[in-house]
Formats: sequence, structure tokens, C-alpha cells
Amino acid sequence: MNDDHVYLSLTEGDAGGDARWAFGTGFEDPLHGVDTTVPDGVDRDALAAYCLALGDDALISSQRLAEWCTRAPELEEEVALANIGLDLLGQARLLLSRAGQAEGAGRDEDALAYFRDPADFRNVRLAELPNGDFAFSITRLLVLSSWRLALFARLTSAADPVLAAVAAKAVKELAYHREYAAQWALRLGDGTEESRARMVRAFAEIAPWLAELSAAEAGFGVEPGATAQDVAAVLASVAAETGLTVPEATPVPGSGRDGEHTEHLAPLLAELQSVARAHPEATW
Amino acid sequence: MSKDWPLFEIFIRGRRGLNHVHVGSLRAPDEQMALMHARDLYTRRNEGVSIWAVRSDAIAASTPDEKDPYFAPSGDKVYRHPTFYQIPDDVPHI
Repeated sequence: MNDDHVYLSLTEGDAGGDARWAFGTGFEDPLHGVDTTVPDGVDRDALAAYCLALGDDALISSQRLAEWCTRAPELEEEVALANIGLDLLGQARLLLSRAGQAEGAGRDEDALAYFRDPADFRNVRLAELPNGDFAFSITRLLVLSSWRLALFARLTSAADPVLAAVAAKAVKELAYHREYAAQWALRLGDGTEESRARMVRAFAEIAPWLAELSAAEAGFGVEPGATAQDVAAVLASVAAETGLTVPEATPVPGSGRDGEHTEHLAPLLAELQSVARAHPEATW
Repeated sequence: MSKDWPLFEIFIRGRRGLNHVHVGSLRAPDEQMALMHARDLYTRRNEGVSIWAVRSDAIAASTPDEKDPYFAPSGDKVYRHPTFYQIPDDVPHI
């Protein structure tokens, strides 16, 4: 055992070359061995629109999570939130790339992420709302990851092999995101008076946006409302431990899936897109 | 807030390692969150397949003050190393 560097001893006996883990080895390409041609019988336009919408959900959520960097209440939480954001960014890249392929107009992931205007984005509006306090961000993460996990679990058998492969990769990530958010929801909901009050407020703020989610998922073998029961089960288990429940609320009319957004999306995109738009074609 | 969170020592078992190895420490409100933080801080690059988290105050440690009484007496006892045996030439793997 090598005591000089703890990490070196982690890879002792790993003569196969994986030992150079620090440079990023032993990773798996989620699309390895997957045929990326769009199969016959799959509607290209529908596939492009579906992947674009799911990709936008991930991209916008990722940007919001990245905003916690340097602002999170603890260094450990900052890393955790950034990790989750990077998982979602990875999903966004794969889905936007697939949307571009299916569309067949020559747009790649960067063109779709950086050179569309707010009205062309199809993310659900819950994803674009400002971060608020830690309680709101955790509650939103709990709802969005539960919803996305339930949706992607169904998409692992989607007719498009790339969408199915992305979903299979994503369910493992999303299961962790949900677990992380749930653990915090329990601790905040059952913590101090202050943390509980903030969680109660967060649940009330989330409530009007929930109806949009179950309406936004239909396609590729998923019926609208299919995931509602799964999401309700997660929220019920949190409620059982803490008594926190989502209050009745009138849904906000419209849907991000139709390009209708809150006033919060444009400033988010301005920040996300500014470098790419100031230096088109730049590489780094 | 950090000052209220206890310190945990984190041990990771590598993919082909047999033993858990100490990799560092972190703060967390309880054991379960310590495991989640450890996953996020110490296994981001495929390092591990298993994590142990132990509260630092649960570890009994020797102190630098005890260094001499503890470790110096073994410094001149070379006979504790089995280096005085004659190894026959036809005995392999020694």
C-alpha cells in the first residue's frame, strides 16, 4: 500500500490502465453501440420536438443549479448542486443533439442551446423560476427530479433507440437527484421553525406549476398524466414524515411547451448565451 | 452553519481495491448526508465503489506528544525484521 498519496492506493492492482482515473478513464459512453439513425416509423418532427423539450428542461434546470455556485449555504452543498446541474447538462447535450439530428436542418447542440430566443424554448416554466431560497430550490428539485425520473423510466422502452439510451443513463442520475432533494426536504421540513416555515412557503409557491408537468410529458409511449401517481407518491412519503403537503392551487394558464414563458427566462438565457453570441464560432 | 456540523472522516474502496482508504474529511449534519456529500466530493471521477463515513470524534488517535514512547522504541530493533534467514536458492517467491 502506498501511503504517500491516498488516491494512488485506490488504484493499486489496477494494471489494466484504468489507474489513470484522474485523467478521466473508465467512463462509459451512454450511446456506445446505439444506432443513431432515426428508425423507420418514427416521426422525425415529433422526435425532434420531444427531445428538444426534454433537453430544454434539463438545460434550464442546469443553469439554475449552476447559479448556486459561490452562493450555497455550505461548500458541500455547492458541490452537490453543481454535480446535479452537470448531470442535467449532460442530458441536455444528448437530447439537444438528438433533436438536431431528427430535425435534419443542420443544427447541433450548441446552435440549439445558444442561438434560440426565449419564445423558441420549450422547457416547463417551473424550471425557469428564480432559485429563491434553499428551501424553494430543494422543493423544485424534488418535484422536477421525481417527475423526470418517472417519465424517463417509461422512456427506456421508447421507439427511438437514442432516446431510450439517454433515458436509461438518466434514470440512475435522477434517482440520486431525487434522493438528495428528498433527504433535504425531510431535514428542512422537520428541522427548525424557520426551516419549516420556508418549506411550507416553498410548497405553496410550487403548487400552481404542477399541472403543467403532467400535461407536458405525452409522447413516445407516455400517456399524459402517466407520471402523476409516481410524483404524488414521492410527495406523500415526504408528507408522511414531515406533514408538508402541496396545497390546492389554481394552475397558471399556458405551458412552456407551447413557448409561453415567465419574465424570468429571458435574463437567464441572456447570461447563458452571451459568450457564445459575442464570439460565434469560437472554440475552447 | 459549518461550525454546527460535525466533522466526518471519509474512506473509499476503489473499484479493484480490497480495503477502504482514508481520502479526506468533510462536514455534514448526520451520517446519511455525510455519505451523500462524500459521494459528491470524493467519487466524482469514478474512484470508488464503496464509502465509509465515520464521525471524526469517534476515532481514537495517538497524539504527536506520544510519538517517542509509541514509535521510537521500535527504531533500533532490527531483529524484528526477518532478514537474517538464509534463503535456499530453489525457494521461489520470497
